[in-house]
Formats: sequence, structure tokens, C-alpha cells
Amino acid sequence: MKAVLPTLRLLRTTPFRLALLYLGLFIISVGVILGVVYRSTAGFLEEEIGATIALEVAGLQDQYRSAGLRGLVDSVRERSGYSHTNSIYLLTTPGGVILAGNLSGWPDATAGPGGWTHFKISDYGGVNNRPSTAMAVSFVLPGQFRLLVGRDMSELDQLRGRMVVSLRWVFLVTVVLGLGGGLLLARGAMHRIEAINRTTHRIMAGDLSGRVPRGGGGDEIDRLAGNLNAMLDQIERLMTGMRQVTESVAHDLRTPLSRLRARVELALIRETDDPEVYRAVLQDTILEADRLLATFTALLSIAEAESGANRKALEPVRLADVVRLAADLYEPVAEEKGLTLVTDIRAEPTVRGNEQLLAQAVSNLLDNAIKYTPEGGRITLLLEGAGPGQAARVTVADNGPGIPPEMREKVLERFVRLDAARASPGNGLGLSLVEAVARLHDASLRLEDNEPGLKVGIVFPPDAG
Amino acid sequence: MKVLVIEDDQQAASYLAKGLKEAGHVVDAANDGKEGLFLAGSEHYDVMIVDRMLPGRDGLSLVEILRATGNDTPVLFLSALGSVDDRVKGLKAGGDDYLTKPFAFSELLARIEVLVRRRSAAQPQTRLSVADLELDLLSRTVRRAGKSIDLLPREFALLEYLMRNAGSVVTRTMMLENVWDYHFDPQTNVIDVHIARLRQKIDKDFPTPLIHTVRGAGYSLRAPQ
Repeated sequence: MKAVLPTLRLLRTTPFRLALLYLGLFIISVGVILGVVYRSTAGFLEEEIGATIALEVAGLQDQYRSAGLRGLVDSVRERSGYSHTNSIYLLTTPGGVILAGNLSGWPDATAGPGGWTHFKISDYGGVNNRPSTAMAVSFVLPGQFRLLVGRDMSELDQLRGRMVVSLRWVFLVTVVLGLGGGLLLARGAMHRIEAINRTTHRIMAGDLSGRVPRGGGGDEIDRLAGNLNAMLDQIERLMTGMRQVTESVAHDLRTPLSRLRARVELALIRETDDPEVYRAVLQDTILEADRLLATFTALLSIAEAESGANRKALEPVRLADVVRLAADLYEPVAEEKGLTLVTDIRAEPTVRGNEQLLAQAVSNLLDNAIKYTPEGGRITLLLEGAGPGQAARVTVADNGPGIPPEMREKVLERFVRLDAARASPGNGLGLSLVEAVARLHDASLRLEDNEPGLKVGIVFPPDAG
Repeated sequence: MKVLVIEDDQQAASYLAKGLKEAGHVVDAANDGKEGLFLAGSEHYDVMIVDRMLPGRDGLSLVEILRATGNDTPVLFLSALGSVDDRVKGLKAGGDDYLTKPFAFSELLARIEVLVRRRSAAQPQTRLSVADLELDLLSRTVRRAGKSIDLLPREFALLEYLMRNAGSVVTRTMMLENVWDYHFDPQTNVIDVHIARLRQKIDKDFPTPLIHTVRGAGYSLRAPQ
């Protein structure tokens, strides 16, 4: 049973069905070709025999004309006297008395089209005992004498028989080879498709690390496998990101939520008559809730940018406007902290994008720079136009402490903050959002050393305009 | 003010009604789009608060119908759908303002107040004045008690927004939306810095302050009582 099932499954596969269809067409073609070969070969031989008979008839006619009935009888006797002749002769009187020939009686068979008669030699005591057929033509001579000239067809019959047998073999071998080849081909294709199916099953079962093996031939199944693998990579990345975010959200929101809960509970337990105590607790609660909401909003913005749902809503954005507005908003903030914010707009590039998200990304970069640069520092907001490999580039550089190279990947992750003690306010989502926005715009986010300090660049691809 | 609240969530609706009544407004409430459309068409309201997702008829099409029938009562959308696209859709459908759930009640109050005020003072103005503070929109100059005050363009825009809504509470988000066209909250409270700078120029050298901080809500520019 176990061995039968895969075979049955194989029979139901598309490659096998295609092979079967092809085989059917092939068999019909081979059949037609063999038929044509058979007919033309046998027909040719039959014509040949007909021509020989016609020649003999012509010879006998000559004999009859020159030597009369007597001469014809002699001639027929002489010709039918050869021991190993394939020729058949019969000359009779009008009454049916045999004058000469090598047949024992006049055949009963009636003449077919063209005057040809076919009969079995053995029935008329022919030249030999072979159960072969003969083909003959008959004439009525003046005086109602009848002459039959024919030929033993046994050789042709044998040839025909052998041809039929060999053609049958050719046909059989064609079917067997075609069927076997079809099965083999189908199995080959099936094998690779089965591998893809096995991988997808494994992935559906929860093992996201599975990948479809590739043959390396670069054919369409290979390309399919390649695309599947690329899709799986993307899904795995998203899933990992999602899991990481879920865990971070759970962790990062649990703490403030429990703090919130504890504070409210304490206020209730304390049972004071002073409304100020309750008021203070409520105010703190609102502050805490606002912080939580801000975190949620940031996460939603990231999700919005990441989902790419707005990709179709991208429209031309003048980056200089975005940069000017952000600089305008943050300049006083920087000044307040004793920092210098220098805005350097070197070009007026336009890129396809989402203006609000871009503004938020630039704001976040400025926010970070202002947050982490010590007093007296200098922040540069630089906008460059098209250059090699870029349509535009927005750079925020500071001369603060910077980020060590090995940590640069890390800071893009959600909720990751370099100051583990969380001394400064924020939720660690700023750079994640910037990265998500960059990705939405097919731009790359570059974290570089400003020697000293950090330089973050959003580099728009050359086709972003 | 007479306020119509169209909100299907009973709890949210009663919370809204209670808060609005405590703030001194008269409130009618509708639980679904159909009832809301009926009320809006049969009574006069100063402002409507409309949820986007409603049974019977969604908020967007409700407002579209109202606008098509010539009803120009200010509408504030209150919705859990908060992406920039959603907000644009709401404003295009004829909404005057858009607030995302969850919201602070003070924010809602400030917004509807400004909405109603904007509607009543729709005629074009070239001069704004509050107490001894004067702002000329044509010459783009500001004077207080006759003394000229130099403002940066953005400070001017911020002051103009505050003066247009003088007497009302203006929240930080409202300022970001209307002065900077920022429809998101920056991580830092940047507005406070800008207000502090504006105060330096408008209020510092004068005996009576005009810019007031409203705790837990925002700022208000008003003449001394």
C-alpha cells in the first residue's frame, strides 16, 4: 500500500499528466507514420508484382498472336514447368478442361476492381503447399478459351506479416519508453516540488528557519525556490521583529502600568481627608498615562511607516521645507540647552514621500542630538541634493559622545537605549521610527562617526525623486 | 454652547456628555449615524462631535451629507483612526478638526471652543488686538502699549494663532498643528520653549502678563480681567 500510494500520487501530478498528453500525441504520430510506411512498402511490392504479371501476359499474348493456341499451350506448359516458379498459369477450354498450367482448377473467386483475382493457392493444388494467396488476372481468348496468369503472393504475405510484427514492436517500445520517460521526468519535477511542499509544511508547522533547496540550474523551479526563500527571509525578519516588539512592549509597558496601579492603590489605602493628596496622585497618574500613550503613539507611527500601507500615498515632498520647519522648531530648544544648531541647506531636492513621517524622522534626529549633546556642543542639520548613489541626503551631526560602532545596529532596535539607567526621558523608539521611515522611502539610514559625535544620515536612493 | 455628540460607545458618550455639561455646555447625544443625522438636521448646534466609526452610517458620510445640504455647523471628528491619512480624509469630508482617541478632555474642550470662535469671527481681519497688544497682518508688525516688538516669522505666526483664539485655551498639539503643520507630537515639549521666548518679548517688560499657562492643558492669551 505504501509503495502504491506515491505512484498514484505521481499519476495525478501535472508533470505526469503533461507527459501523458505528450505521449498520446506521440503515439498517434508514430501510428500514422508507421501506417504510411506499411502502406507504401506493401503497396509498392504489390504494384511490382502487378507489373511482372502484366509483362508475362504481354509475352503470352505475343506468343498467341504469332503461334496460335498451340503455341500458347506450349508456352504455358513450358513456363509452368519450372520447379521453383512463383508464377501461376492456367489455360482451359470453354468447357473447363485444363490444357496447360500449374493449377488444379479454375478459382471460384470473382475478379475485384482492375480485373485482379485473389485466391488461396492450396485450394487449387498450386505449385507448392504453402497456404499462401495468389493474385491473378484472367482473359477470355477467341473461341472462349480462358487464360489465367498470376503470381504466388507468399513472399509478400510473409513480408507483410513480418512488417506488422515489427511495427507492433516499434509501437509497443514507443509506448513503454514514452510512459517510462514521462514517469521519470514527472518524478524529477515532482521531487523538487515535493521538496518545496515539505519546506512549506515545516514552516506552517512553526519552523521558520526552513528554506527550499535550490538545484543551482537557474531554471524556473529554481527561481521559484529563490523567490520563496526571499519571501521567507522577509517573513522571518518581520516575525522576529514582531516578537521582539511584543516582548519589549510587554516589558516596557508593564513597568509604568504597575507603577501607575501601585500609586492609585496606595492613595486609596492611605485614606486621608486631604483632597490635595488625591489630586496629586491623579495628576501623576495622568502624567504617567500620557507617557504610556506617547509610547503607544510612537509604536503606531513605526507600524504605520513599516507596514508601507501608505506607500501608494507617497507624493512629492520638498525636503528643504521639511528641514527648515524642523530647524525652526528645534533651534530655540537647542539654544535653551546651550547648543548651537546650524542649518545648512545646499540644495532643494524633491523626493517622493510622506511629508509628516519625514518631518517626524528629522524631528526625532534633532531631538536625539539635542538630548545627548552636552552644553556648548554644536549640531549640524545638513541637506544635500543629488550626488553619486543618492537623490538627496539629510544629515544630523553632533559632537556629543556618539555611539560606539558595535552598538550602532543595536540602537535601531525598538526600546533600546544606550543609557541603561534611563536617566534621560524618552522611550527608545526615536531611531526605530527614523529607520522605519527611511525604509518606507527606500532610503538607507547611515550611522557614522562624526569624530567626535554621531552623524546620522538619511540617504535617499537615486530614483527617489 | 449647544453640543451634539454622535458616538455609539455608551460609556464614551456619557463621559463626553458629563464633561461637556460640567464645562457649562448643553449636550444632545446620538447613538448611531441615523439618529445623529436626524438631530443635526432638525436642531441648531454650535458644534458637533462625531465619531468616525458609527453603526447605521459612518461619520465621514454623515458629515459629507450635512455639508452637501448646506449645514455648516463646526464638526470635530473624534476617532481611534489616527494616521495622517485618516485625518486628511476626515478634514476633506468636511470636518473642521480631528482629535484622536484616547484624548485628554482639556484638549477636546479647547478645540471645540476654538472651533466655535473661528466660525463666529470668519470675516477677514487685518488687525488683531488684545488689551494693549496689537498685531498688524498687513505690515506684519506687533506693538504693545505703543512700543514696537520685533518677532521672528515663526513667533509672529504663533502669536497670531494665539491672538485669533484669544480668551480660549490653546493646547500644544493645536499649536503644532496650526503653526507648524506638524500632525504628530515631537518627543520633547518644544512648544514650551517657543512660548517662553514669545513671553520674553510680549510680557517681560510689561506689568500685566497676557500669555497664561493653563495647567494640564496648554496656554491662553487673554486680556487681564
